[in-house]
Parts: sequence; structure tokens; C-alpha cells
Amino acid sequence: MPVLRRWIQIIATALSNAYWMFPHTKGIYQGTLKSICVPGLNCYSCPAATGACPLGSLQSIIAGLRPAVKAGHYHFGTYIIGTLGLIGSLVGRMPCGWLCPFGFLQELIHKIPSPKFEIPKILTYMKYLFLALFIFILPALVIDDYSYGMTWFCKFICPAGTLEAGIPMIFLQPDLKESIGALFYFKLTILFIFIVWMILSRRPFCRVACPLGAVYSLFNKHSVFRMIHDPEKCTHCQECYNNCPMGIKFYEGPNQHDCIRCLKCLNESCRFGAISYEIAGMPAIKPVEPQKSALTQP
Amino acid sequence: MKAEYILLSSSPKRAFPFLLIILFLVLILLGINLGEVSTVMEKATKICLDCIGIG
Repeated sequence: MPVLRRWIQIIATALSNAYWMFPHTKGIYQGTLKSICVPGLNCYSCPAATGACPLGSLQSIIAGLRPAVKAGHYHFGTYIIGTLGLIGSLVGRMPCGWLCPFGFLQELIHKIPSPKFEIPKILTYMKYLFLALFIFILPALVIDDYSYGMTWFCKFICPAGTLEAGIPMIFLQPDLKESIGALFYFKLTILFIFIVWMILSRRPFCRVACPLGAVYSLFNKHSVFRMIHDPEKCTHCQECYNNCPMGIKFYEGPNQHDCIRCLKCLNESCRFGAISYEIAGMPAIKPVEPQKSALTQP
Repeated sequence: MKAEYILLSSSPKRAFPFLLIILFLVLILLGINLGEVSTVMEKATKICLDCIGIG
């Protein structure tokens, strides 16, 4: 299962960034696939990107809401919200653990040997602030003379955009170097901070700042796919916590907002059969009994 | 540990996720009907320099 997940992450990253003509075209992919939102965080201004980033698309629509309505186009982002809601209703935050290229990158960077630090739980609620403020409120309310808002999260925060689009575009189109200003260096600083944080802590961007993860997390308790905890079998041995890429203590709740359903706790951690999952109310159980050797351990 | 899983069908099924699925499918269809797909494509096929911190 760990190998399968890694392969799915690799394939998802490759498919999300499958346009390899960009060194010749010096631009980004402009085909019809760009009308489809990818399930993970992947900047659509990345030269190799084949799909649309749902967060970027949603901000763009909200930022242009007033002019669009004035022109008779009632675009409220229901296509994007519907897509995210459909994915969330089916599997909750699972795309973060299996499909998101930026989540995959964070897991790889965290493998760099260093002292490791846990993220205070209170910080993990900040992603909801980012979602409300930078995706909805600021793009909708802060408008220019022509009634257009800005894509606040993309412009001022998103490290994925800096890494996947900002830096590559400067190499592809050297003329852009003249346009670099304080904002670009500010975003580079944010990217650098997150990369250092990724080495030290488990998936810091996903846990603290990702609005996409925040959206999916709202469905974790109500999705078709859900995790199950058996408190009678659980010994609180902390193995699930030690192996969890999101630093979750599974025994504190099986469908916490940060659970990305990577199933590492199930397949690589719990030796007592205390963790399983259900699909549409039908539980999937391990047909094996807990190992005798495991039962003797504290 | 090598584990295999089986699905049991004896548990009660939950209706709420399926209501959510229907709701969001309706939203997707509404968005498609309103022409949001072309708007998404239009935004995603242009390099937004402002969005990536350049300019």
C-alpha cells in the first residue's frame, strides 16, 4: 500500500503537469483540459500544468464577480464549488494524501534528516482563516476603480505558484526579470520559509495554510469514505501518530479535519486492528487478528 | 504487515453523503449551464503574472 500510494502520487503529479512542450512554446498549455479543475494544489500558470487550479479559478471568478454580473454573466463559482464539494463528499481530504503534487513535495522534503518539530494544534485552524479571508472575503470586497478584485491568495501567499509558475516563467521568458519587484521577493521568502518548515515539520503548508485542504477537511466527518476507530482494540501506543504525515493522534478521533486518508496508520502503524475504514456505511475490516507479539507490547 | 480487506454489507448506510453528492452535482450542472467552464478555461490559459508575484 505505501508503494501504491507513492506511485499514485507520482502519476498524479505527472498528469497534472504533463505539458512538456513548454520549452519550445515558451508559454503555458492552452488546451481544453484547462477547463477542468485538478483535485490538488497545482498552479495553472505553471508551464507544464494541464488543468486548472480550483483555488486560482475560484478567486478569479470571485474577483470578477461584479463586472461579470454587470455584463449579465451570473458566474458565482458553482462549477468549482460543486467540483470541490463532490470530491469532498466522496472521499473528504483524501486527494491531499494521494493526488496533490504540493503535498507530495512536502512529504519528500520532510525526509531530509534534521531535528523534527510538531506544529501546535492551534495553528492548524489558520487554514480556515486563509480560506475565508484570502479566497472569498478579500477578492470579493477589495476592488479597484473598475470593480475588479484581486486573487489575494495567489498573489500574496501561494508558495506552490511561486515554485511551479513564478520561478519557471522567469527562466522561460527572461524579459520578465525586468518586472520583478518587492512582491516577488516577498513570495520567494514565503516559499523559503515553508521549505525550511517542511524539513522540520510534517506537511506544514497543508496543516496551516492550505485553503484547498480546508475545504476538503469540512467533509471528513460526512464523506462516503470514512475512517473508523475501535477504542476497545486501541492501546494508545502512538504508532499511528509517529507515522502520520499530518501528525494526527488517530485515537483522539478517526475523522479529524487534518486526516488526509493516506492510510499509513492502517497499513504501516496499527498492529492491534484498531483502525479501519468504511465506504458508504459498509465497514472494511482486517480479516487478520492482532499479532500475539503485538498484544504483549504496551 | 500484509493486510487484505473485505467489505461487510450489514452496517446501516448513511444517506447524508449522498444528499451532499446530489447537491454538488446540481451545482456543477448549474455552473456548466451558466457558462462557468469557459470562464475557468479562459482564466487558466492566460499567464496571470500578477497572480504569481511578477508585475
